[in-house]
Amino acid sequence: MIKTVYPTGKIVAKTGNEAIAEAMRQIEPDVVAAYPITPATEIMQIFSQFIADGIIGSEYIAVESEHSAMSATIAASAAGARAMTGTSSQGLAFMWEMLYIASGLRLPIVMAEVNRAISAPINIHGDHSDSMGTRDSGWIQLYSENSQEAYDNMIQAIRISEKAKLPVMVTTDGFVISHCMEVVEIYPDKDVKAFIGDYNPDRYLLDIKHPYTLGAIDLQDYYFEHRYQLSKAIEDSKNIILNVSKDFFNSFKRKYDFYEKYMLDDAEIAIVVIGSTAGTVKLVVKELRNKGIKAGLLKIRVYRPFPSKQIAKELASIKAIAIMDKSDSCSGAFAPIYSDIVASLYSNGIVKPKVLNCVYGLGGRDITIKQIINIYEILIKIASGIKYPTNIINYINVRK
Amino acid sequence: MKKKEEYKMTAKELCIGDIVDFNPLNKFYTGNWRSRKKPILDKNKCINCLICWISCPDSSIKVVSDDAKISIVDNIDYNFCKGCGICAMECKNGAIKMEEEKK
Repeated sequence: MIKTVYPTGKIVAKTGNEAIAEAMRQIEPDVVAAYPITPATEIMQIFSQFIADGIIGSEYIAVESEHSAMSATIAASAAGARAMTGTSSQGLAFMWEMLYIASGLRLPIVMAEVNRAISAPINIHGDHSDSMGTRDSGWIQLYSENSQEAYDNMIQAIRISEKAKLPVMVTTDGFVISHCMEVVEIYPDKDVKAFIGDYNPDRYLLDIKHPYTLGAIDLQDYYFEHRYQLSKAIEDSKNIILNVSKDFFNSFKRKYDFYEKYMLDDAEIAIVVIGSTAGTVKLVVKELRNKGIKAGLLKIRVYRPFPSKQIAKELASIKAIAIMDKSDSCSGAFAPIYSDIVASLYSNGIVKPKVLNCVYGLGGRDITIKQIINIYEILIKIASGIKYPTNIINYINVRK
Repeated sequence: MKKKEEYKMTAKELCIGDIVDFNPLNKFYTGNWRSRKKPILDKNKCINCLICWISCPDSSIKVVSDDAKISIVDNIDYNFCKGCGICAMECKNGAIKMEEEKK
């Protein structure tokens, strides 16, 4: 029997996985289908224990693979259920074709994704290679800096997905968040249930009085229109995300946006980062500010849809920017976040900032305070006019 | 005569997510590509055994209840009949005959 259930809410010590499992208990989805994979295994282990103990009445499907997990989740969602799943790394890769079907059929599925490196060589530790690979799959992606954000993002994801009719992926960094214990505020069950509300889909396949066909063949005549609908839906979800954040603030007093600015408004140099590394960068920024250096940080929370115009505006007046990617696109050019941000800057007519791409932490390699200070030192040099090559990727802490 | 171009819905007009609405008023009449022969029902010979009804792969044999609430064969729905001839083959009483279709 699990005794770590807090129906009335409490400030507790929880790992990222425990916090996510707790969010899923409070959400109490109709159907959950999942297959275990490190480091996401624990989420489903705890969640299925809640069901076994009779704490919640969700239907848990123990499937034989991640491909089946996503398929079962898609089917449940299409049938009219609130459906969730969770995975990591190779599991997400194995779900690949089904991810596109979830978004293409516009099914509001929420997935807890724990970031882990992609094989080969086999590695179980955290980097963003897995979820960055799915960035064009039509899923909304919310990245979390810590367990609290992961917990909050899970709750918001339900509302976002059901309103936008799009699947949402909530990611946490493998081990750094998933297995590290932190202080997390768990909200009372009734408040969470009131926030997410009941799920009443407009139409669902088990509604036999209003039959329809889902997933029919769609050739040259109509495929393009449906893909345009998806593209438009992702764009329109920006407003939905902001509205849900606003509601979330009213209910739980925690503020969320597309991104978090940390001492960015008057900054001359800045780092852009996603996920748990933002916490370390914040510490460095604070130290540098004490020395009188105008450093700042932009932490992206919503990576898909990409808040292109807003980010371009935030970074417009900064002299030198380092964009830190915890994944490599193997494109021979630049990593994903860099490509998105530079495209956003250029398309908004902002060409003045010097933008550096840093790839770090692949396979879960730690990034230290010293290494981040080094990046800021390079930015100071670039900002003061010293020439530094910005047309190549800077690989941080790799033995070349 | 020039064929009228089919109207194609825009992204705004289409149901989201590749949904095709079921609507009995939609003219998805698949009977328009029926083979050259079509079944003709002779009600005088029909004994309402309903073997044709159970055999039809396209649910094109229309059955109604008579006054005594017994199911009887009413007609054949040519909007969906493909002219496969199974009903005529299965009919024990020769009540269904396949006839050349007049174009």
